[in-house]
Amino acid sequence: MASAELMDYDKALELFEPVLGFEVHVELNTKTKMFCGCANEFGSGANTNTCPTCLGLPGGLPQVNKKAIESSIRLGLALGCEIAEHSRFARKNYFYPDTAKNFQTSQYDDPICHDGSITIELESGRLVTVEIERAHMEDDAGKLTHMGGATGRIQGADYSLVDYNRGGVPLVEIVTQMIEGAEHDAPEIGKTYVAAIREIAKALGVSNARMEEGNVRCDANVSLRPRGSNVLGTRTETKNVNSLRSVERAVRYEIQRQAAVLHAGGTITQETRHWHEDTGRTSAGRPKSDADDYRYFPEPDLLPMAPSRAWVEELRLTLPEPPAARRKRLQAAWGFVNLEFQDVVNSDLLDAVEATVAAGASAQAARKWWTGEIARLANVAGVAADSLVTPVQLAALIKLVEAGTLTDRLARQVLEGVIAGEGTPAEVVESRGLAVVSDDGPLIAAIDAALLGQPDVLAKIRDGKVQAAGAVIGAVMKAMRGQADAARVRELVLERAATIE
Amino acid sequence: MSEITAEQVAHLAHLARIDLSPLEITDLTHDLGQIVDSIAKVSEVATADTPATSHPMPLTNVFRDDVVVPSLTVEQALSGAPDRAGDKFRVPAILDEE
Repeated sequence: MASAELMDYDKALELFEPVLGFEVHVELNTKTKMFCGCANEFGSGANTNTCPTCLGLPGGLPQVNKKAIESSIRLGLALGCEIAEHSRFARKNYFYPDTAKNFQTSQYDDPICHDGSITIELESGRLVTVEIERAHMEDDAGKLTHMGGATGRIQGADYSLVDYNRGGVPLVEIVTQMIEGAEHDAPEIGKTYVAAIREIAKALGVSNARMEEGNVRCDANVSLRPRGSNVLGTRTETKNVNSLRSVERAVRYEIQRQAAVLHAGGTITQETRHWHEDTGRTSAGRPKSDADDYRYFPEPDLLPMAPSRAWVEELRLTLPEPPAARRKRLQAAWGFVNLEFQDVVNSDLLDAVEATVAAGASAQAARKWWTGEIARLANVAGVAADSLVTPVQLAALIKLVEAGTLTDRLARQVLEGVIAGEGTPAEVVESRGLAVVSDDGPLIAAIDAALLGQPDVLAKIRDGKVQAAGAVIGAVMKAMRGQADAARVRELVLERAATIE
Repeated sequence: MSEITAEQVAHLAHLARIDLSPLEITDLTHDLGQIVDSIAKVSEVATADTPATSHPMPLTNVFRDDVVVPSLTVEQALSGAPDRAGDKFRVPAILDEE
């Protein structure tokens, strides 16, 4: 009964004003965990990267990872934040099996970064400044697998399994101020904001920033207030919305759902909600209650931090060009229209195209190959496009096409060879014998054969009906198995048609 | 006299997952009340220009370098676990049946 459950989006916006807030967790890509020297990596088997500290065993003592502090400060600076002169960790106490210590080491009243803002640009060109309340450090939880239920979800599970490899990995949690005035753009603001955070984290190199791998995770807070009211509505917090598209959908869904509840005279429960990617809906999680009495207190095992102003300024000098400014610069330099440029950005191929241009290719050719053939092959293989070939290899391939050594069709075969690990483009051309035949001898023989085989076409060409040559060109290209330059074939066909006996 | 109540103690005990008997709750309500009163006396002495102290040592910025050190083996990590399944810790169902 979707109609009763959700109000039409436009009607919801007519009756209510949405108020948003986001909490984005960025997983740092340090070599080790936040408070111990266990490797910050996955994939070498469950519970292979644990120690008494990250397992919360007696005697374990935390030690702060300097690189994680550095990354947090750089991230804070890139978000326009103040860096606290005094900052400390706090224990957030709660019992849950993914947290072996029975508390999360987080920050409470002295976060490392506070009071920043970033300005995002929506597709309409509207600029929205999102104020950032704080960005604080904390450690991640382990990974739970729920067993025995039909759905793999926690509901109905008989028991759960825990892998603590992720337990203790450093996170920065970025918390926005309340975002008012979003209006119809609310879902797009959510998506664009999270994309901007992801892009900044990636540009800084402080995180792998892959949402699909959980390096960036978003909790979206949504509340509605009736038009004309200045009292905030009750908010819900939708957890772990883990793709940009899901952020957009989850915000829209909550606006429509809450509007339907409120309009029918109901009330919104302040609660955590879970986003379900498959159905595009949220469902109620636990209500906010006693369970949120976390009894924060300063972490007694860790000393306070006082980042020196000199260190902060030194780190400020390491900040890269802001991603939004870089995008504007590159689009202008490459002369791409918006659609072409968006295609590159949305495919996450900006770095790849930039590196390919730097390696000597034209921007248009680099764009065409990355977003075309390479993206297609990557899609088939289910991998990232930039994992298939290097920008240097692609630039070399493009040069071969531009020099006339390869046609596009042959270049695609060379690309396959490069991806298959057969060597550089030049080596693949050599080993597969794929170069365009430039000696006209075999070509002229093929053209003569084709012309004599189609006397009616030959007659038409001689009558000046040049477009009839297409049939002959096709036959020649076929005979040459594609290893001929079509423009040259056309030239020779017209030439031979005039002279052939 | 402090305002610690038996309800607060019971609530705290629940949050800390400590199973207290009614007698223990009564005793702890009394004991915690005395502790709160004692700390209140310190507050009387501390003037506005005394900063709150969370750590007694005048040390800051104690960091370690981002260098990997060997972890426990999986067997060591799981050796204290009440239950396991393969290389993972096994825990009881998290949600109660509704």
